[in-house]
Amino acid sequence: MLSLVLKRLVAAIPVVLIVATVVFLLLRMAPGDPARVIAGDMASEETIAQIRTNLGLDRPLPVQYGIAMGSLVKGDLGTSIVSKQPVASLIAARIGPTAALALTSLLLTVLIAIPLGVLSAWWHRRTFDRLTMALTVLAFSVPAFVVGYVLILLFSVTLNWFPVQGYAPLTDGVGRFLYQLVLPSLTLATVFVALITRITRASMLDVLGEDFVRTARAKGAPERYVLFRHALRNAAAPIVTVVGVAITTLISGVVVTETIFNIPGVGSLIVDAVLARDYPVVQGTILFFSFIYVFVNLAIDLIYVLLDPRIRY
Amino acid sequence: MTMTVALSPPPRSRLRAAARVVLHDRVMLWSLLLLLLLIAVSVFAPLLTAHDPAILSPRDRLKGVSAAHWLGTDSLGRDLFARIIYGGRLSITLAVLVSVSSVIVGLLFGLVAGFFRRLDAPIMRLMDGIMAIPGLLLAIAMVALGGAQISTMVLAIAIPEVPRIARLVRSVVLSVREEPYVEASFGMGSSTLRVLVWHILPSTINPLVVQATFVCAAAILTEAVLGFLGLGFPPEVPSLGSIIAEGRPYFQRAPWIILFPGTFLALLILAINMFGDALRDRLDPRLARKGRN
Repeated sequence: MLSLVLKRLVAAIPVVLIVATVVFLLLRMAPGDPARVIAGDMASEETIAQIRTNLGLDRPLPVQYGIAMGSLVKGDLGTSIVSKQPVASLIAARIGPTAALALTSLLLTVLIAIPLGVLSAWWHRRTFDRLTMALTVLAFSVPAFVVGYVLILLFSVTLNWFPVQGYAPLTDGVGRFLYQLVLPSLTLATVFVALITRITRASMLDVLGEDFVRTARAKGAPERYVLFRHALRNAAAPIVTVVGVAITTLISGVVVTETIFNIPGVGSLIVDAVLARDYPVVQGTILFFSFIYVFVNLAIDLIYVLLDPRIRY
Repeated sequence: MTMTVALSPPPRSRLRAAARVVLHDRVMLWSLLLLLLLIAVSVFAPLLTAHDPAILSPRDRLKGVSAAHWLGTDSLGRDLFARIIYGGRLSITLAVLVSVSSVIVGLLFGLVAGFFRRLDAPIMRLMDGIMAIPGLLLAIAMVALGGAQISTMVLAIAIPEVPRIARLVRSVVLSVREEPYVEASFGMGSSTLRVLVWHILPSTINPLVVQATFVCAAAILTEAVLGFLGLGFPPEVPSLGSIIAEGRPYFQRAPWIILFPGTFLALLILAINMFGDALRDRLDPRLARKGRN
């Protein structure tokens, strides 16, 4: 197992480099001039030229690329123009709320979506199944910020059950921490629940037709046991894959959810940086999130091995 | 069904076949009607409302639903109905531009990667790299750096969609290129370009049409999110996202400022998603079974 982890880690290095290169190229490809945007409408040509020099944007593209990659290898994501702090430490200071939000949403998703998907597959084409599928299409279509405001209107403004906005760190006590996270996690989880429910259902439908399921039933195993022990276990791999690919959706959702609920996480860091035209922070945060994607998918490759002993790398 | 639609040669009967499919598929019919209604409302916006979406009228601020203002007014007294349907115009325009451009670029990459073995690995690694970057963040960064022009916006929303289309096209090409009729065409001395255009391209059309509808939905959503985060077009251009963002501070007093544009947005995306789902069941049964159904 250890050698497998090491092998996969080494294999991730070129992927990380490709991702960094793509981010670099795409941001340079954007039409318009970042120095001009940072300087604002009123700036003189000298100020713009000065900003361009400070950011190193006046150098040839290959040189800029070399410098960017060089500092990246040293673990340097750049330095904020506004606060003059390294981007890595800005992210570190804000990662707590983001991780809490993402993890509670994932947990909520698994708790809601897996049972829904399994039951939909079991009751294939019955009312429960049709209703669930209709609801997932609806959940796909309502944008997170609309879901968020409807939840606030319903549960905070009208019923007064939950706070409208804000975040409580774990140090305020577990109860308060979770209480503040209920509405944001629900908001973020909506799309995910829809996605994972559909994948669970599709994957279960494939597996429920297999011989070993029929054998288990023929042996007289209770249906609950057949569904969750035999079928779900074998249906798990595609579900885990989709969770991995959908991490980008989760990250995009985090940005929106943190804005709606005023949560001081990495998502609001990037929004603030954009509004303050803090170009290095924007780039550094995107790189950070892309690396998270690469490593989550790496971890998922390893989970496969645990889930399914037939898979060997 | 798919085969008869795809193969029946004269265009009139093909149109009639398509009409028959739409009329018999209730989901497709209703989602198409809803979609056409929303598109019509947006396209004919200037004819449907006498209000200018940009005209401020401080005396009428935060008014509820009335005969003069069908959906009320916003915090600056602008007519909400006018703003929403003009916002829908922007969303739909952008959706069309994004899906056309991402389909063209993705198609090119996919065809080349699937057909020319030597270019397959480099192109697909590039696509993997783009896929690793959260699409919304990339769009945020590109719009922030390039300013909110329509070209930047289209590019920023289209790029994250390209890898998925390229992968789809590549997989179709890989399965088709081994078919006997492709071999036969090569054997008869057809050029590579001719085989690509006449024998391989047509197989990609059905899955691409389906994918394009989902790209439309994604584009509308991303534009709305950018507007919501304050990164969309300048405030005088009404966009569904920015209308909602401007309503945030007044949300508790005047919830309709967020609920009406939110509903319009959700209906628009819902209609596209349902139409896309129904279309996929018709055009691409293989995907329907494996995928989201």
